[in-house]
Amino acid sequence: MSRISPDVVREHGLSEEEYAKIEALLGRAPNMVELGVFSVMWSEHCSYKSTRAHLKKLPTKGKRVIHGPGENAGVVDIGDGDCVVFKMESHNHPSFIEPYQGAATGVGGILRDVFTMGARPIAMLDSLRFGAPDHPKTRSLVSGVVAGIGGYGNCMGIPTVAGETAFDESYNGNILVNAMCVGLAKKDKIFLSAAKGVGNPIVYVGSKTGRDGIHGATMASAEFNADSEEKRPTVQVGDPFAEKLVLEACLELMESDAIIAIQDMGAAGLTSSSSEMADKGGVGAEIDLDKVPQRETNMTAYDMMLSESQERMLAVLKPGREKEAERIFKKWGLDFSIIGITTDTHRLIVKHRNEVVADMPVGSLSDAAPVYERPFVKPEPAHEMLLTDATRAVVPSLLKVLGSPDMCSKRWIWEQYDHSVMADTVIGPGGDAALVRVHNTNKGLAMTVDANPHYCKADPYEGAKQAVAEAWRNLTAVGAHPLAVTDNLNFGNPEKPEIMGQIVAAVDGIGEACRFLDFPVVSGNCSLYNETQGEGILPTPTIGAVGLVKDVTKTASIPFKRVGDAIFLIGEVRCQLGRSAYLRLVESREAGAMPPVDLSAEKQNGDFVRDLIETGIVDTCHDISDGGVIVALAEMAMASGVGAHIVLPNGMPPIPFLFGEEQARYLIAVPTEKAEKILTDAAVNGIFAMMLGETGGLTLRLDELGEVSLESLKKSHEAWLPSYMAGDS
Amino acid sequence: MKSAVVIFPASNCDRDAAVALEQMTGKKPHLIWHADSDIPDVDLIVLPGGFSYGDYLRCGAMASQSPVMRTVKERAEKGVSVLGICNGFQILTETHLLPGALMRNAGLKFVCRPVGLAVCEAQSRFTRRYSSGQTVVFPVAHGEGNYTADDDTLKALEAEGRIAFRYAEGDNPNGSAHDIAGILNEKRNVLGLMPHPERVCDALIGGTDGRAMFESLIEAIG
Amino acid sequence: MKARVFIRLKNGVLDPQGKAIGKALTGLGFAGIGEVRQGKLIEIELDETDEAAAKTALTEMCEKLLANTVIERYEIELAK
Repeated sequence: MSRISPDVVREHGLSEEEYAKIEALLGRAPNMVELGVFSVMWSEHCSYKSTRAHLKKLPTKGKRVIHGPGENAGVVDIGDGDCVVFKMESHNHPSFIEPYQGAATGVGGILRDVFTMGARPIAMLDSLRFGAPDHPKTRSLVSGVVAGIGGYGNCMGIPTVAGETAFDESYNGNILVNAMCVGLAKKDKIFLSAAKGVGNPIVYVGSKTGRDGIHGATMASAEFNADSEEKRPTVQVGDPFAEKLVLEACLELMESDAIIAIQDMGAAGLTSSSSEMADKGGVGAEIDLDKVPQRETNMTAYDMMLSESQERMLAVLKPGREKEAERIFKKWGLDFSIIGITTDTHRLIVKHRNEVVADMPVGSLSDAAPVYERPFVKPEPAHEMLLTDATRAVVPSLLKVLGSPDMCSKRWIWEQYDHSVMADTVIGPGGDAALVRVHNTNKGLAMTVDANPHYCKADPYEGAKQAVAEAWRNLTAVGAHPLAVTDNLNFGNPEKPEIMGQIVAAVDGIGEACRFLDFPVVSGNCSLYNETQGEGILPTPTIGAVGLVKDVTKTASIPFKRVGDAIFLIGEVRCQLGRSAYLRLVESREAGAMPPVDLSAEKQNGDFVRDLIETGIVDTCHDISDGGVIVALAEMAMASGVGAHIVLPNGMPPIPFLFGEEQARYLIAVPTEKAEKILTDAAVNGIFAMMLGETGGLTLRLDELGEVSLESLKKSHEAWLPSYMAGDS
Repeated sequence: MKSAVVIFPASNCDRDAAVALEQMTGKKPHLIWHADSDIPDVDLIVLPGGFSYGDYLRCGAMASQSPVMRTVKERAEKGVSVLGICNGFQILTETHLLPGALMRNAGLKFVCRPVGLAVCEAQSRFTRRYSSGQTVVFPVAHGEGNYTADDDTLKALEAEGRIAFRYAEGDNPNGSAHDIAGILNEKRNVLGLMPHPERVCDALIGGTDGRAMFESLIEAIG
Repeated sequence: MKARVFIRLKNGVLDPQGKAIGKALTGLGFAGIGEVRQGKLIEIELDETDEAAAKTALTEMCEKLLANTVIERYEIELAK
């Protein structure tokens, strides 16, 4: 065999030191297959080598947490023998290169992570970031990504219930596609990936292996440069039809007790699934590649070990249960093949055409992967409290904010997703959090995804904290008890100390908020190297979160329900405009400190509001976030067709009061006879509550500050995206 | 009323249909795998929504060739009620149990939203509990619901009162001819429609306008 | 033997995809774009060696599955 040249090592994305470490672990030079396997397993994407040391600091335990990070997805107890299984994952790089397939396979991958644990997926969420609307690629990327998410999720019959989409030029060359899947499982039927026991058959199920996506995992760990477009053939193609069959077949097999361990073949396919399962089970594995179902002829061992063909799973069965499993997979028209056996060698031995083509200690691929304490500089957050003396007219400013690409209605997107299939969607897209009933029960799961990269740019620590707080608040606003978090950390190149500084600060911020709110992180994903020609994206830690509603008939939603309801603001007014949507979208500047996140106020106000919802006093609630009080109010009015009349407290500066984004706040609406109770309860609990006005009419009326019809609000809110996508703007 | 729901590979509204049927009739429907040509003696066969065979080739084309469809055809000819929802409607046209075809939405995109429907024909076993001209709201969720047929067929559908549902004025989500949302066969025992009645049988999840369809069947069949 | 089956929408059946492609081509600056119609090409490998028999089989495949003759027409081409 020819010696491996330094060029080949570099092409595999491995440093000289890493290569030397491989030689030391093997006690010899690796062959090409082994080099390929190491390159993928030690990539940033698979090994988290830049972030592992910091991620350890996140709180991952809680009294309801059954499985935290380390499994395919997090598992949280929701009582009555049920648990919720969820995770968010990015498919950023593939989606930029081929938006439809990249987004589709992103959805497919995260679905497999959830059902591989024995859960039936019940909902999908997406957090999307695109480049500037006037960038020449943006329109086709939006169109392709949305079609890809819909194409896969709709076919699977899993509702896509919530999400967020925003635009910024920093994403021009690196869009973000973060997909989250939520599933339901029985507590006593959770499937893990540890392949315990020796002599057990390793079976391959699902679609055949082709040359798809070879080196996708290494691609996800490298910066883009001009010739990335040439990497197109490596992008894998999704087959949601096959996935639906794999899902049903796996869940059918999981009804029995034939499975010891199971894992999907995601990034680095066969390599990562076999080595991780063996490693976790404390065993070895021997695999015969001739047994692998192949789609193309003359595939090499290198191709097969690194293929990222989709819709494939690897399982270890109890001996003697092969026939039973095979019958189920054949019924669903899927490939089934026994490709290997677990051993006591602690080595991954791969054979092809009767020759050993790879022989590596299983631990060397994961545990021995390098961990870097990369140098970082602490970010310098902006401190200036911006009150501004803005005197612009309220109504035109409101219309401008509501009609902007970031704040406009995303109906054009979510109407392309089936959000009502499975017939359990209580609150779909457009709310604070989506609410999905737990099938056949009266319980519900609330879910949301949130990120505010503009805050994070000003202050990565507080910004990441804010994302957690906002997710917690969104769940609370529908009456849910927040349970746990999944995070997706999207950043630039960690080898740059200032980017690494953002990552460290964001992880610390998430950690602080999650600890304080008893909101553990149970799963997550990192996407680094989101840079093009040296320019990194805005720091974008995205938070996905799930909460539990005990009784789905006692919940709150955004639309006003009645005319004549009293509207209350819960939470303090500070009239601060730093980093607000108003400043960015109306005054075209990003300045000042972001609104401070006071976690104890967050908890206190949230618990107060949730209590009002759970006791049936409040059924109309909206959290206040981007755009402040006035945008929240407009959204409530537009969603219901019922207007509102509000009066500003004496002496309040209108723009900062209406557009300030102070945290820990909600708007609620209640029938007037309950108004007194809200004020007394708030006073008793030391909570700031202020009556702003009442619902009614077909306008948003602010007395001398102006009046605007719901029709004009809707027109401006709904117009931008469809007209942009049609190529009109 | 005894019912059955057929499951094709990648059907995905089979559970929704079964839940609605059980809720409305008090009896669990039989679940029939597409490869089984045997269907128990039932009064209603439902072909549910979904993406049978991934919608590859044409929506419903491959499902229409499933062994079970021969039995469905025989039963339909004997007068058993057959309800095709969404992908089920597509399968019914591919099987020629209903005339015409469902093409790509005029807007070229998948569309999921509640739509207003006018009940055009209340004289059928599927619609007798509605009143003619009544407007109801069902969700649609499809990429290929653009109904098309030749002029003679459309004329016959109109003349024979076989257009059960039309999209309400200005609310046609897919460009279908004559705003057609659902049609009956000549013997009026087969109904195919793109909107989802089974998703509107529960006040908590979008309304109850679909219940009357199942109540109609129960009233007509017993 | 290798066969190619071309499936096209019948004349007069509206083709929204073709229309969108035409609009996109014009938008890209290609002048003189007339009507655009999109179809499908299906390639099938057959064990059959007799042309007539292959044609018969392929016609049946088209009628039964490959084309929806309510809206589509098909053409069969055999490669030597």
